[in-house]
Amino acid sequence: MKAFTTLDALVCPLDRANVDTDAIIPKQFLKSIKRSGFGPNLFDEWRYLDHGEPGMDNAARPQNPDFVLNFPRYRGAEILLARENFGCGSSREHAPWALDDYGFRAVIAPSFADIFFSNSYKNGLLPIVLPAEVVDRLFAECEAKEGYRLTVDLPAQQVVTPDGTAFGFEITEHRKRCLLGGLDEIGLTLLHAADIRAFEEKRRADQPWLFA
Amino acid sequence: MSAQTLYDKLWASHVVREEADGTCLLYIDRHLVHEVTSPQAFEGLKLANRPLWRKDSVVSTADHNTPTDHWDQGIQDPISRLQVETLDANIAEFGARAYFPFKDPGQGIVHVMGPEQGATLPGMTVVCGDSHTSTHGAFGALAHGIGTSEVEHVMATQCLVAKKSKNMRVAVTGKLGDGVTAKDVALAVIGVIGTAGGTGYAIEFAGEAIAGLSVEGRMTLCNMAIEAGARSGLVAVDDKTIAYVQDRPLSPKGEAWDKAVAYWRTLVSDEGAHFDHEVVLDGAAIVPQLTWGTSPEMVVGIDGKVPDPAKEADPVKRAGMLRALEYMGLTAGTPMQEIGVDVVFIGSCTNSRIEDLREAAAVARGRKKAATVKRVLVVPGSGLVKRQAEAEGLDKVFTEAGFEWREPGCSMCLAMNADRLASGERCASTSNRNFEGRQGQGGRTHLVSPAMAAAAAVTGRFADVRTLA
Ligand code: SF4
Repeated sequence: MKAFTTLDALVCPLDRANVDTDAIIPKQFLKSIKRSGFGPNLFDEWRYLDHGEPGMDNAARPQNPDFVLNFPRYRGAEILLARENFGCGSSREHAPWALDDYGFRAVIAPSFADIFFSNSYKNGLLPIVLPAEVVDRLFAECEAKEGYRLTVDLPAQQVVTPDGTAFGFEITEHRKRCLLGGLDEIGLTLLHAADIRAFEEKRRADQPWLFA
Repeated sequence: MSAQTLYDKLWASHVVREEADGTCLLYIDRHLVHEVTSPQAFEGLKLANRPLWRKDSVVSTADHNTPTDHWDQGIQDPISRLQVETLDANIAEFGARAYFPFKDPGQGIVHVMGPEQGATLPGMTVVCGDSHTSTHGAFGALAHGIGTSEVEHVMATQCLVAKKSKNMRVAVTGKLGDGVTAKDVALAVIGVIGTAGGTGYAIEFAGEAIAGLSVEGRMTLCNMAIEAGARSGLVAVDDKTIAYVQDRPLSPKGEAWDKAVAYWRTLVSDEGAHFDHEVVLDGAAIVPQLTWGTSPEMVVGIDGKVPDPAKEADPVKRAGMLRALEYMGLTAGTPMQEIGVDVVFIGSCTNSRIEDLREAAAVARGRKKAATVKRVLVVPGSGLVKRQAEAEGLDKVFTEAGFEWREPGCSMCLAMNADRLASGERCASTSNRNFEGRQGQGGRTHLVSPAMAAAAAVTGRFADVRTLA
């Protein structure tokens, strides 16, 4: 996994609640057996005016000029500012893969759907929960000022605005350690293989029907 | 020991170890695998040269991409075909307790196949790279959807890294009225708590109306727990649960069965157990439900009207409503029963089991598809459901009514195969998501029960199934 420490980056505001993973990456792109290459189809139905299918030349497709990702001022944004319940719906990890492949490293919202939230960490994409009033303020500032940037400081667990105001956010110790070190979670878990085996043997004795 | 909820018991019995911050290694008993969310996980195992930890925990099938007609022609779309063949190859290489490939008699939607094979049992932890894994909570199992990195993690370690959720109980009191089904209860609950209401919780459904539901009805309800934001839904074990799992291909037999049943009987919330949040609904007051917008929480009763955004105080919600009305092509104040439909879809892991098909057939019997309805697809959840329905003559009821009787799979629930809506088409669907584009770009989905879907098919509009006696 990619490590995440601090990030100072342009912010793109996506002012919609309940953005679901079908919207983030529509199902026709889930047919891929790879983990990469989803960026050009991020928010496909909102971003383009035609219907997207895998294998198309996305550069040649008509873009929707009214969709925020297509505004020239937000080109190169690495922080996505979003509303409540971001990432609801399907468990597809293609959603964080697409956000990451497009270039986003962090998403800030008042709340996230549970599965999307944990999928993001596994891919070095940092989901940050801030109170709704703070998110409102960031939307207002971002829309008012072209080139609006935020600093995400993971070691300090803070989001810092251009005027120096810092907002703290929560993250579990485990996730923070994995992100900061870019650690392989499977490798970490396998350090406890003996514990897992012992648990499994006890389970096999108590509930043999769970084992073939 | 103090009183525990069912969720507390299931969680505690699977914790391998716990870190100081509450992060746990949770042992996984059953891993259901399908073609869409597994290829990258198998690839990850191969790249890291890691074996599958416990192949007898894996039960697999192909469902999302498989076509629902012309099976003799195989899978036409080459990208879909590659994904399904990749699953075949991965299962052949890594192994599994059971595999139901494309065209196998046991093939089906993973959440229909699991329970009918006895692959889902009370007290298990069940995971799958699919959000509707919550379905399996109907058996008193701790079941939830995971992402592909977690699929790989479970394959490699038999564990999930997880933190415990909070406990919520949704009690549905009283008896449901005639024509009111588990689907209506699910939609009514989401209407009350919202699509994020269950975020961070495991929801236990309880109360007289839930006890009165069949096990299949409970699956429908738990299936939609994720639509209320909860990764898992639960129903306590009772006689119905035990009767359902008895004599399934993978369920325990003989002495093991007796021992298992004795344990399963303990899988209920203790008297006085603490819930962080409780919601009570009057089951007798629930009428048949249908959604009007692009989120499952945008729901009304069949006697209702399209709501008016002007009456919504919250600006973010109001904007969402306006957008939904525009997408759905609806005007505030229109009675729901005046809205016509173009397409009807009866299927998906929410409503494609035998009881669902019986409910739909009861309405379709002796009636005909309305002339204004272009297509009615009936897609059984699995090969076993299909054969059972045919043994009961339900396929004839449907075809005589002018409905199409298809092969099993996910089909138009997410339109990854050829079954999809054209832009602007309005669909009465028994599936679980009415998101923009879910059933085809520009398609307009209204979520309903199987009986309500059949009623829409024969009347050409949303009709109150209770009046179609
Ligand atoms: S039927 Fe629909 S919701 Fe269920 S597993 Fe298939 S695609 Fe997902």
